Amino acid sequence: MRLVILEDYDQASEWAAKYICNRIIQFKPSQGRYFTLGLPTGNTPLGCYKKLIEYHKNGDLSFRYVKTFNMDEYVGLPRNHPESYHSYMWNNFFKHIDIDPNNAHILDGNAPDLQAECDAFEKKIEEAGGIDLFVGGIGPDGHIAFNEPGSSLSSRTRLKTLAMDTILANAKYFDGDLSKVPTMALTVGVGTVMDAREVMILITGAHKAFALYKAIEEGVNHMWTVSAFQQHPRTIFVCDEDATLELRVKTVKYFKG
Amino acid sequence: MPSNKSVSDAPIAQFTNCRILRDHRLQREDLWVREGKILNPEKLFFDEKGSADIQLDCKGSIIAPGFIDVQINGGFGVDFSLATDDFKSGIKLVSQKILSHGVTSFCPTLVTSPPSVYHQVLPQIGVRNGGAHGAGILGAHLEGPFISKEKKGAHPEHCIRTFEAGAFQDLLATYGSLDGVRIVTLAPEIKRSSEVIQELTKRGICVSLGHSVANLSQAEEAVQHGATFITHLFNAMLPFHHRDPGIVGLLTSDKIPAGRRVFYGMISDGIHTNPAALRIAHRAHPKGLVLVTDAIAGMGLAPGRHTLGQQVVEIDGLNTYIAGTKTLSGSVATMDTCVRHFLEATGCSVETALEAASLHPAQLLGIEHKKGTLDYDSDADFLMLNDSLYVQATYIAGEEVWRQDVLGM
Repeated sequence: MRLVILEDYDQASEWAAKYICNRIIQFKPSQGRYFTLGLPTGNTPLGCYKKLIEYHKNGDLSFRYVKTFNMDEYVGLPRNHPESYHSYMWNNFFKHIDIDPNNAHILDGNAPDLQAECDAFEKKIEEAGGIDLFVGGIGPDGHIAFNEPGSSLSSRTRLKTLAMDTILANAKYFDGDLSKVPTMALTVGVGTVMDAREVMILITGAHKAFALYKAIEEGVNHMWTVSAFQQHPRTIFVCDEDATLELRVKTVKYFKG
Repeated sequence: MPSNKSVSDAPIAQFTNCRILRDHRLQREDLWVREGKILNPEKLFFDEKGSADIQLDCKGSIIAPGFIDVQINGGFGVDFSLATDDFKSGIKLVSQKILSHGVTSFCPTLVTSPPSVYHQVLPQIGVRNGGAHGAGILGAHLEGPFISKEKKGAHPEHCIRTFEAGAFQDLLATYGSLDGVRIVTLAPEIKRSSEVIQELTKRGICVSLGHSVANLSQAEEAVQHGATFITHLFNAMLPFHHRDPGIVGLLTSDKIPAGRRVFYGMISDGIHTNPAALRIAHRAHPKGLVLVTDAIAGMGLAPGRHTLGQQVVEIDGLNTYIAGTKTLSGSVATMDTCVRHFLEATGCSVETALEAASLHPAQLLGIEHKKGTLDYDSDADFLMLNDSLYVQATYIAGEEVWRQDVLGM
């Protein structure tokens, strides 16, 4: 594991964006040889998306030959609902870049057969040649995507019921009304992300500090599903100072070099 | 961008680098247009997997819905209340010229006239879509002849009428036909006006109160029977009085039927209404304010004498009077001038000023689902303006129909 500690949110976002940008450019994607990117939603990656858009608008980065696979999507929320992950990705990323709509894959939470939708998504990833770089975040309860505490660490894309912690954390996006928050979601599995050739987890803010501690200083545990990445050959955790607040001084000093 | 032809035959245009008026705010968003309508790009992306065929850089301009003028008597030498042989080419000329003022739809207005004029002119005003040929015609606005003699303003007294035994039938006989009529201005204190208002409202015609000495309860009764507009507030009506606010009192009346809104036209040319009065009206009822030009034939022409129906008027700068008097008679202001003056006089936001000339008239006429906004699936009638609200380009159904010459002509 690499643990990259930046001073604040903006610097962490920029570091992560630069890393993604460089990975794509070094790969030299072209017709028939796409760079596949796994993408997250939520507050944490917003700064990173803004930076990627900036690089694109500067002419430094094109998404023409990039395929994307989002981690998750709510079940039962209309696709054009302002809080759906389709809306999030359109407003915060897709509408600002030159990605081919056929290459932007997001799970359909309104599919008539949800498990079939999940299976098809796994197949699409496989047909795309697997994921080159999966970017993710971490929940306060240590979840990756919607792999809530107790999720199998070898799980695949499937339907999940959301934990109360997650529903409470999401309430702020639904006018604080718990009854409006979706209770189920389709999500890539821990195993699905583990299959990626490289994984980058973004963690910023003091409220994520305990989850980061559990993820990297304690053992691999299905109650803190991000801990699974201790067993991935190429994972980078990108965080800001606040996110390290629950780590041992020794750990932080080691990774700061 | 990858080729789009497999998605749709109709080209998709993306206007970038602009601020659009949407949801009552200027937002940094692109505007997407296809087949003459505003397109939802998110739906295009996810449902159709489509993207833009053409991208146009708007260089930071403001994009607003096209202006809608519901009271315009003519312009550029053309008088809509005059039954000339070349009436049709006259209306075409005006509809073309006002594109440069940002007007994409209008209601040609006829002042009080003898029945023969209505019978000759009305059939020649066809409701039609706008385009490169000119702004769209929404229908005629008949201002009179059922108005008050005491508040005739510039209207010819000998043509003013009341409702006789036939009430609505009298109106029909006077006008000849109501085909293509969109708005009728009348004075509600005239006997039997209530039933006339009801009949007009039943036929989907907007009834406006104006050129009247009605008191507040008469005005409120008219509203209860269906009236929804006030013709050039303050002008040609009783002044506001604190014990009987008259028609002006409708702005804050509590007798408006639930779910309905009373709109009021304002000529914000700096002459018809003192800025302080404009501000009072705006602050009392901001959502009802509709900017109108009430422009006459002399608009766009040099100062001097011009006709307005049966009268002769004199233009001096922005002032227009009945020749030889101090009675105001229409204006020579253009719609974009009115918008700028309104912005300056009230200190309101740019969004508010733009909506007073687009969204509000559309709401008045009940067409806000396709005109007056930049909402998805609306008609793509829009303007490019600079920050001072000068019109740089006018689009109707997604096509550019006027653009400011680089030399500023």
